[in-house]
This record gives sequence, C-alpha cells and structure tokens, in this order.
Amino acid sequence: MEFPSELKYTEEHEWVRVEGEDAVVGITDYAQGELGDIVFVELPEPGTEVARGAVFGTIEAVKTVSDLYAPLSGTVSEVNSDLEDDPAVINKSPYGKGWMIRIKIAGPADLSGLMDAAAYRTHIGEGN
Amino acid sequence: MTQIAGRKTALYEKHVALGAKIVPFAGYLMPLQYSGQIAEHEAVRGNLGIFDLSHMGEFRITGPDALAAVDRLVTNRIVGTDPGQVVYSPMCRPDGGIVDDLLVYNLGETVLLVVNASNLDKDRAWIMERLPAGVRLLDESYATSLIAVQGPHAEGFLQPLTAAPLAELAYYRAREAAVAGVPVLLSRTGYTGEDGFELYVADARAPELWDRLAEAGAAGGMLPIGLAARDTLRFEMGYCLYGNDIDDTTSPLEAGLGWTVKLDKADFVGKDALARQKAAGLRRRLVGLAVETERAVPRKGVSVMRDGRAVGMVTSGTFSPSLGRGMAMAYVPGELAAAGTPVELDIRGRTATARVTPLPFYAGGTRKVAGKSGAATSAANQGPKGDAGAK
Repeated sequence: MEFPSELKYTEEHEWVRVEGEDAVVGITDYAQGELGDIVFVELPEPGTEVARGAVFGTIEAVKTVSDLYAPLSGTVSEVNSDLEDDPAVINKSPYGKGWMIRIKIAGPADLSGLMDAAAYRTHIGEGN
Repeated sequence: MTQIAGRKTALYEKHVALGAKIVPFAGYLMPLQYSGQIAEHEAVRGNLGIFDLSHMGEFRITGPDALAAVDRLVTNRIVGTDPGQVVYSPMCRPDGGIVDDLLVYNLGETVLLVVNASNLDKDRAWIMERLPAGVRLLDESYATSLIAVQGPHAEGFLQPLTAAPLAELAYYRAREAAVAGVPVLLSRTGYTGEDGFELYVADARAPELWDRLAEAGAAGGMLPIGLAARDTLRFEMGYCLYGNDIDDTTSPLEAGLGWTVKLDKADFVGKDALARQKAAGLRRRLVGLAVETERAVPRKGVSVMRDGRAVGMVTSGTFSPSLGRGMAMAYVPGELAAAGTPVELDIRGRTATARVTPLPFYAGGTRKVAGKSGAATSAANQGPKGDAGAK
C-alpha cells in the first residue's frame, strides 16, 4: 500500500496535501481497501464551511458506509465532480484522480494534529 | 506486522497467492475479495466464479435410523427422499426459533448435514443431544473442503472435467463423481441464484482440485470469488443469512420459509409451536424492500417506519450490484407485508422511502429450478416456493 511522503494523514484515514493557502483532501489507500468498491460519495457544495475534525461528507461502499472528517478548517472551494459518475476512481487512484475536495484554509494551517506517512503506517499497524 | 488468528482452509495459500484480502470469519481466515466485490459479483451473474467454502461444517449421520433421526430434528421432509436428494431446511427449537439452516443430503447409507460455520459447535452439540441410540454423528468438518463453481456457464465448464452427465444432475441432487480425477461429492446447489455446483472434497485433494479447476477456467475468464460478493449474490436472491435474517428468535414461518415446514409429517422439534403460530397468524414477516430514494442504502439495524413510528427492522441491507441501488430485507408487521406497501427507513438520521417488493430482488438467475433454466421461468422462481437457499 502507498502512503506518499508529501501528504499528511488523519486518524480517520483522510490525506491532505497543503498547497499554500489551499488543502486538497481525499481518503488513503488503506481506507479504500477497507471500504471495498465505492458506489456513492456525498460531498459538500463549494462555499460550505468545514471544521477540523467534523464530518464533511459520506462515502458509501457496497458493503458499508463511512463518514468523512475534515483535517483542517476552511471553506470548500472545489469539489471533484468526476466522483458523481465514477466513484470507483477513488479505489483505483485514491491520491490522484480520487481527490475529493479543495479547501481554502481558515487562518494559518494547523498541521500539528496530522501524521506524516511513517506515523500513519504505524497507526494502521504496518509499522514495527 | 499485525497477526490475526484463525483457522486456515486447505486453500488458504491459493488465496494469498491470488492477492486476496483475507479477513477473519467464523474462526477462519477467509478471502473477502480478490479483484473487487462488484467485478466478482458480475462474473458470477454473467459468466463463472469459483469459491472456497471450506469453512462450512459437515456432519455425517450414520446408523439404520439416520434418516428418521434427522427428520425429527428439522422442519422439512427427509423421510421419503431417495438417495441423491438434497433438502434445504431450518432446524428449530421447541419454541419454533431457528437453531440453524442447513442442507440435508440423503446419501443412501448415511446422511450428510452441511451447516453454517458460525454455528458449527452449537449445531453439533444440539444434534448429538437429540440422536437416538444407534445413530451417530461424525464431525467431518475439519477433513472436508468445499469448492463451489457458480454462474450460467457452470455446466459447460465442468462437463469436460467429469464423466458424470451433468445435464442429468437436477437442482438439489447430488452424486459421487470424479472431477479432474479427484473424487468428490458433486452437488447441484448454491447460494447465488445462478446454475452451479458445490464439490465436497477431502482436504488433502482440495489444492489439486482447485488448481485443475482454475486452469480449466482461465481461458473463459473464471474468477475467484470472495465472501463479500457471496453476500451480495445471496442477498439479491432474498436467501436468508443466519445471524441476520434468521436466528433463534425468528421462526421459519415469519422468515418466509413456510415452504420448508412440513406440518403434516411426523413429530419434529418445534412442530407444535409452529402449528400454533400458523393457526394464530403471523405477527411479523420478513419482506424485501425496494428503496425509492436515490443513493440511499439501508444496512442491518436500520429502523423501518410507518407514520413516524418504528414498526420493524432491516436484517440485511446493501447496495445491489445487479440492480444498481440499495435494497433491504426486513421484518415488518404482518399487515404491512403486502407487495407495494410503502414504508420509510431511518438511514443515519435521514428518511428514505421504500416499498415492499417480492423476493428475489433479482429475477435473471440461471439456477435450474424444477429442471428449467431460472431465467426462462422467472415467474415460477419468485419468492421462496421450492427455491432453496443454502450457505
């Protein structure tokens, strides 16, 4: 399983890529593997405010459903519209074409609660 | 590395080599999926899939009165079957609740019972306490593997590998045969709604049999199928899953399995309670629910509502790959069980609408009910009349 080193990770298995004042969010390779085939994603509209640690959407797989948690606070600026017709892209490309939302970060980015790739690997039980 | 404990079937290394996602299930380490749940589900509906079901339990009942002894333990008719007949039946408690649902194989000299992995110890103890003198139970679960091949192309796939004439092996019949040179009990049964076979084989010969089947199936695109797809396939047929749709608090009459309850036969455990329940009328019934709200997927435990009041509960619910939407099996009050009855579902705080719908949800299955292809006689296959489920 892949966990790109330039990303930060949450305990709830989201990844975030900070690009200046913006953050792009998705779910990890581990999460997509645990969920199985994804059939629906429910994401907020652009303009919605999201709060760090709060639920911002839902991801529905064939056999289970899971909440999505915002890694940072801010305002949704963009939503991946490809996921409407092809949610399976999240399984195939969780870090690339399976990205979910772009957030304009509120205030200075507080990355303190987020894990790096090595810490995330330990979190999911892959570490030594 | 995280270690998970569990028994391994004789085919465990095959699943690992195929890249399966392995999960604990009923004390075993089983393949949940290989290439993906939807791809596997669609392969069985449209082509061919191979399953490792070796976690199931097998009990051999021996003694001159074996058939009668089993007949007294289960609700369906066992005495009067001929060798080679397979019977799907619940096994009930005196109060009519279901201990397990199982397959009964009349094998002439002996009777083979095939039970759910999750109920293996419970069933063995239950049965052994109730066998008369001279009838014994031999637990063959830990020496027996079970491989299923299921899909519309199953017969054409398997025929070149066996001298047994498969066109003459009817649904719910079984016989000894050699498949790819390996002796098996060959059973025309399954839990998918498609045509197919279940092959009971000694553990020692299982890896060889799996390899021969996989080689023969490669050219035609046969896929290995995990437990996730097994569940969506059985769900689309409305087949009960013990622990979800049936358990020791549900009677077969409530669960839509009345066709398996033969109240006109000699005494069996639960007969009086079931006869009384039938006479009194069913207070609740297991029904199918077709969800109307887009993108709403009900899951086990979701409340069924009418006029804002909870009146029932979802026992199995999922996204149905063949139908492309969420569906549910649920207990509802008897008066709400008619097809077309509207209900509401409370799914994670949001209300979705649904209607009672006949089972099976999926009408295109190719299993050979009553000697005909299922798809051609889909009207005859509606509901559980004579159409069995098995695990």
